[in-house]
Amino acid sequence: MSAIVKVEDLTRIFDVSKPWLNRVIERSPRALLTAVSEVSFEIEENSVYALVGESGSGKSTIGKIMVGLVPPSRGRVEVDGVDLATETDRAKVDAVRADIQMIFQDPYASLNPRWTVRDIINEPVSIKGGDTKGLAERLLEQVGLSAVDAGKYPHEFSGGQRQRICIARALAAGPRIIVCDEPTSALDVSVQSQVLNLMSDLREELGLTYLFISHDLTVVHHMADKIGVLYLGGLVEEAPRDRLFDAPKHPYTQMLFDAAPRMDAFGREVDPPKGEIPDAINPPPGCPFHPRCPIAVDRCREERPRLRPIGETRVACHLAE
Amino acid sequence: MTTPVLSVRDLVVEIPTRRGVLRPVDQVSYDIHAGEILGVVGESGAGKSMTGNAVIGLLDRPARIVSGEVLLSGEPVHALKGERLRKLRGKKMGMIFQDPLTSLNPLLTIGEQLTETILEHLDVTQSEARERAIAALDEVGIPAARQRIGSYPHEFSGGMRQRVVIALALCAEPDLVIADEPTTALDVSVQAQIVALLKRLCREKGVAVMLVTHDMGVIAEAADRVAVMYAGRLAELGPVREVITNARHPYTAGLMASTPVASQGHRRLRQIPGAMPRLDNLPSGCAFHPRCDRAEPRCREEPGPSLEACDGRAACWFPLTEKTEVSA
Ligand SMILES: Nc1ncnc2c1ncn2[C@@H]1O[C@H](COP(=O)(O)OP(=O)(O)OP(=O)(O)O)[C@@H](O)[C@H]1O
Ligand SMILES: Nc1ncnc2c1ncn2[C@@H]1O[C@H](COP(=O)(O)OP(=O)(O)OP(=O)(O)O)[C@@H](O)[C@H]1O
Ligand code: SF4
Ligand SMILES: [Mg+2]
Ligand SMILES: [Mg+2]
Repeated sequence: MSAIVKVEDLTRIFDVSKPWLNRVIERSPRALLTAVSEVSFEIEENSVYALVGESGSGKSTIGKIMVGLVPPSRGRVEVDGVDLATETDRAKVDAVRADIQMIFQDPYASLNPRWTVRDIINEPVSIKGGDTKGLAERLLEQVGLSAVDAGKYPHEFSGGQRQRICIARALAAGPRIIVCDEPTSALDVSVQSQVLNLMSDLREELGLTYLFISHDLTVVHHMADKIGVLYLGGLVEEAPRDRLFDAPKHPYTQMLFDAAPRMDAFGREVDPPKGEIPDAINPPPGCPFHPRCPIAVDRCREERPRLRPIGETRVACHLAE
Repeated sequence: MTTPVLSVRDLVVEIPTRRGVLRPVDQVSYDIHAGEILGVVGESGAGKSMTGNAVIGLLDRPARIVSGEVLLSGEPVHALKGERLRKLRGKKMGMIFQDPLTSLNPLLTIGEQLTETILEHLDVTQSEARERAIAALDEVGIPAARQRIGSYPHEFSGGMRQRVVIALALCAEPDLVIADEPTTALDVSVQAQIVALLKRLCREKGVAVMLVTHDMGVIAEAADRVAVMYAGRLAELGPVREVITNARHPYTAGLMASTPVASQGHRRLRQIPGAMPRLDNLPSGCAFHPRCDRAEPRCREEPGPSLEACDGRAACWFPLTEKTEVSA
């Protein structure tokens, strides 16, 4: 097995300061928000790598950097050995861009309402002057819709059908990797299962690789081969699926698993987690999780733990073993 | 049997439109007793919010109750209007919505909002009201309540705001709380805090709670009974464990089997074909029949039966009697 995507030391800092004049008048300092902090991981070909984490943990930002929608502040993403941010050979960059596509959470917002489904699906190919004859029709059938749908407009479709259209569009350029950012969060459960099954089928048929972004642990458990857990922009734990769910090593992962509601846990009394995610502009020193961590010691308040391997797991916690 | 805190009887809500009259709530009946949490689940557009809003008299025009009854501790309230409705709503019923900002006034401090509500509904002095407000914030887990009482809603995080809304919903000591997707916008860890809080308050204060959510996990952990809605009607109603592990209505069974469960690994998910119909295009007979693998000609011709057809559990001509795939 070889890695098709390599993410190394990826960092993205957003300047969220007030406008310059306000800063001068109010004497407020520059505010920098570290959305993604020194994240490294690899995705193997034809596997599903999931990123989980709560709101603001940096999942979407990593996805957007991977497809080139947001530039990194530091670090790099290599796809098939090509670094999008520094590669100067246009042909290589174009090839990689076509190799990696993205599906977004909101199937309503991501389709242009005035275009036919055919135009929407064909666009990634037609802007490059490629041949689109019969393309949309074929892809629609591949995602479980019908070729006659190509002439319709997005409003004629339900949420689940729209997400299928988004998937068809992502497939148009013949990608090898798809970044899926919460692809089923806006869908009802009965429709979510249709989309998840479709994604699994396409992975097998086309040999696709997925970066699967989600905050839903049961969906991640269902889909992923390997999982990275993010907290405040940093990877706190990474492990193959069963390893992570059977033996979570980071106190945050453990807290997340305990807190997640379970359909088979009738009347369960949880001891709910303490506190909330801190402000990303002023993250706590040391381990970012220490203010909420039940086992934190002095060292945690001072020194930021690095990711270190323990068996098949990588974990960023001083006390994990 | 004691009188239920809330009793909804054959409730019908209609919306007149240019294309005809829609029925977002159709013949819905259920009870909620003191200290009980009734979970309400169903797909988007099934009529969950519309049912909750009809109960608290907050239907947006042109939607209106055309028949049926809403009884609060045995008293009919569905016909109340204006000032009497408003008074009753604040005193006897509390509301918690998905977006806490819809329930909070951005221009008033949370202390002002709480004391105002308390003074309006309880016979207390200004300073007693203030003390009660602090106690209410303390109860829902706002740290340093006495100091935070002068803060404005925007100074709180989403989870903290939802706690304030819960304090506001409970400060006049209502008998019934309607919580419509109270944790949907929140993170898992905060959701767990809010659900634990709701359960504790329900148990300690004997409040009856209608908890609307699309999260089966939340229902399993919090609700005593669950009502499953489909296209405006109750498809199934029963004790939570029974409905989840032993669904009788084919829609409920499909819903359970299509939900990923961590303990079942990479098993292929069951799919329910198609999507819920729109109200202006309801199929004949049982609205679920085009998606149902048990449908017979009768299902196309006759509207689904009342819940009584299947021990008061499921509105289906051919309910399941075997155990479904999902198990605890
Ligand atoms: N363009 C931007 N400008 C400023 N800050 C941003 C920008 N994009 C993201 N952020 C911030 O970066 C952090 C990470 O955001 P991101 O959207 O990646 O999180 P996420 O894990 O996808 O969260 P969610 O689950 O809510 O989608 C957040 O604090 C967010 O406010
Ligand atoms: N003003 C209106 N005109 C026409 N139809 C309406 C109107 N308001 C609501 N509806 C319809 O009423 C139905 C019930 O809506 P309701 O908000 O109760 O659904 P819900 O079960 O709460 O869904 P969700 O999970 O999305 O909140 C929906 O099909 C909706 O489209
Ligand atoms: S490093 Fe310390 S504070 Fe951070 S998770 Fe581990 S024990 Fe907790
Ligand atoms: Mg996101
Ligand atoms: Mg609703």
